[in-house]
Amino acid sequence: MSVSSARSSVRISADVRRPSPIVQGGLFSRVRDALFNNLHNTILSVVLLVLCVDAAWNALHWAVWGAVWHTDDPEMCKQAAGACWAIVGEKYRLILFGTFPYDEQWRPFIAVLLILGLAVISAFRSLWSRYLVYAWIALVPVVLVLMLGGVFGLKFTDTHLWGGLPLTLIMAVVTVVFGLPGAILLALGRLSKLPAIKALCVGITEITRGLPLLVVLFMAAIMLPMFLPQTLRIDKFVSAQIAMIIYFAAYAAEIVRGGLQAVPVGQYEAAEAAGLTYGQRMRRVILPQGLRIVIPALMNDIIRAFKNTTFVSILGLYDILGATSAATQDPKWVQFAPEAYLFVFMLYFVFCFSMSKYSESFARDLSQGRNY
Amino acid sequence: MGIGSPDSSQESIVKLEGVNKWYGDFHALRDINLAVARGERIVVCGPSGSGKSTMIRCINRLEEHHEGHIIVDGMEVSDDIPTLEQIRRDVGMVFQGINLFQHLTVMDNLTLAPIYVNGTPKHEAEEYGRSLLERVGLADQAYKYPGQLSGGQQQRVAIVRALMSRPKVLLFDEPTSALDPEMVHEVLKVMVELAQEGVTMIVVTHEMGFARKVADLVVFMDEGRIVEAAPPEAFFSSPQSDRARQFLSQIISH
Repeated sequence: MSVSSARSSVRISADVRRPSPIVQGGLFSRVRDALFNNLHNTILSVVLLVLCVDAAWNALHWAVWGAVWHTDDPEMCKQAAGACWAIVGEKYRLILFGTFPYDEQWRPFIAVLLILGLAVISAFRSLWSRYLVYAWIALVPVVLVLMLGGVFGLKFTDTHLWGGLPLTLIMAVVTVVFGLPGAILLALGRLSKLPAIKALCVGITEITRGLPLLVVLFMAAIMLPMFLPQTLRIDKFVSAQIAMIIYFAAYAAEIVRGGLQAVPVGQYEAAEAAGLTYGQRMRRVILPQGLRIVIPALMNDIIRAFKNTTFVSILGLYDILGATSAATQDPKWVQFAPEAYLFVFMLYFVFCFSMSKYSESFARDLSQGRNY
Repeated sequence: MGIGSPDSSQESIVKLEGVNKWYGDFHALRDINLAVARGERIVVCGPSGSGKSTMIRCINRLEEHHEGHIIVDGMEVSDDIPTLEQIRRDVGMVFQGINLFQHLTVMDNLTLAPIYVNGTPKHEAEEYGRSLLERVGLADQAYKYPGQLSGGQQQRVAIVRALMSRPKVLLFDEPTSALDPEMVHEVLKVMVELAQEGVTMIVVTHEMGFARKVADLVVFMDEGRIVEAAPPEAFFSSPQSDRARQFLSQIISH
């Protein structure tokens, strides 16, 4: 049936439902259509494929078939055609635990297991409750006792002996655990109507963001003690840790601020009209919505904070990368340092990639309206 | 003028006296005087930009007034935070933009203020919330998120949210303007029921049918002033000012 006016015309739609005519081909036909659809592309694809296969073959040959996996004799490695993974087996205690006294290394080992275990448990969002927060708080003294000793018959090990993976993990965790609340306070302060608080928070954020991390670390570890009285000597580890926290908080504060400003103004108004106090409005209404908007961006900063721990090696603290470079100083093994570094890079990658994947799945859950 | 004057007795639940407000140099509210008696329904209408929303947003201080007094249940609206929190407990508000808390379920939206502001025990608040949801026909939606509801359902939840702390007066800021025409009706129905129960309401709206049905007084605003006020029959049949006549002919002939 059709209807017309003077110049327009229209026909009533047919009342039928049909399956979609668009057919999604299999992998084979998609590859053929994308890579081998004409002579030019086919030649290019073949050439690139040959190059890739060759590169992969060489890499596998070096890393797997030609590699020496286990020996305590560096001469064996020198004769081999491939990589010398034996250095990892030879030096792993030094790489993982740095200069921590050899016989006491079970203590940092347990500390690492506890931190990683709790991190894995925390990743299950169905387990989120306030007990998890208590568990993290309880973990602090446990790890401190394990690492520092001096009580329960444990030998005292000063922070300058800490190193390797536990140092990296402790610094990263403490940075985030203290830095994130700091960032939230800085962001709220920056949006405050009270001029003094606002100026203070803008000042801290902007000054810290204006400096490279190396400079902040130097100031904390070298310049700050010069201004403080002799009796107030701060431990090098503690001052580096404080510097990392402030640096992380300053960057994350700007992300959090973005999240707070992305919450529609109507949410602020509805919370105000309901008679909630400032603290309740932020805690119950604004922060839960603002933070979830910026979780992917915050995760990016957390991953960066994890990797930024490598900077503490310039203060003479041996994080896992610093410990590795110390471990490869052994003249018998020095030429196999790249293999040791590759091992550590793999460790970094595993940590960072799982954090990144985790934040992806978390963001996906949130966008589907699931709440925690 | 002032808190002690005779006509600001407990009769008026909301009283605006000589209220003026500016946005920069723009004089947004000009000499507003309005006393709302307990149990009465006031409908505020007028062209956009006439100051209707600004006026009711001053009552719970989402906007600040610069001159004059606003008295809610004997308390003056000012910067004093404890008084303001008390006033906001007594004044419920429904927004044009609905503004349900997107991260909370319907039930949590309802119980947030009662639990944290009024200190009502959770189970009591939930029970009350359930009974109100039932009345607006949304009992089965209590554990959904606002994003899973239609606009009309969301606005009905928002009305229930405003009712949860048993307010002495309800403010409606164009509650149906952002809704699809098909959903306006279900929201108005709830509002009419509330009006018939004797809830004190100040309603900014363009729904003249609603005004005709429930208003005790229609207040017409233009350019920041109250230009005319009359009971609905008088206002709709014989508006006194040219501006009101023009406004009515516009909205009726569209």
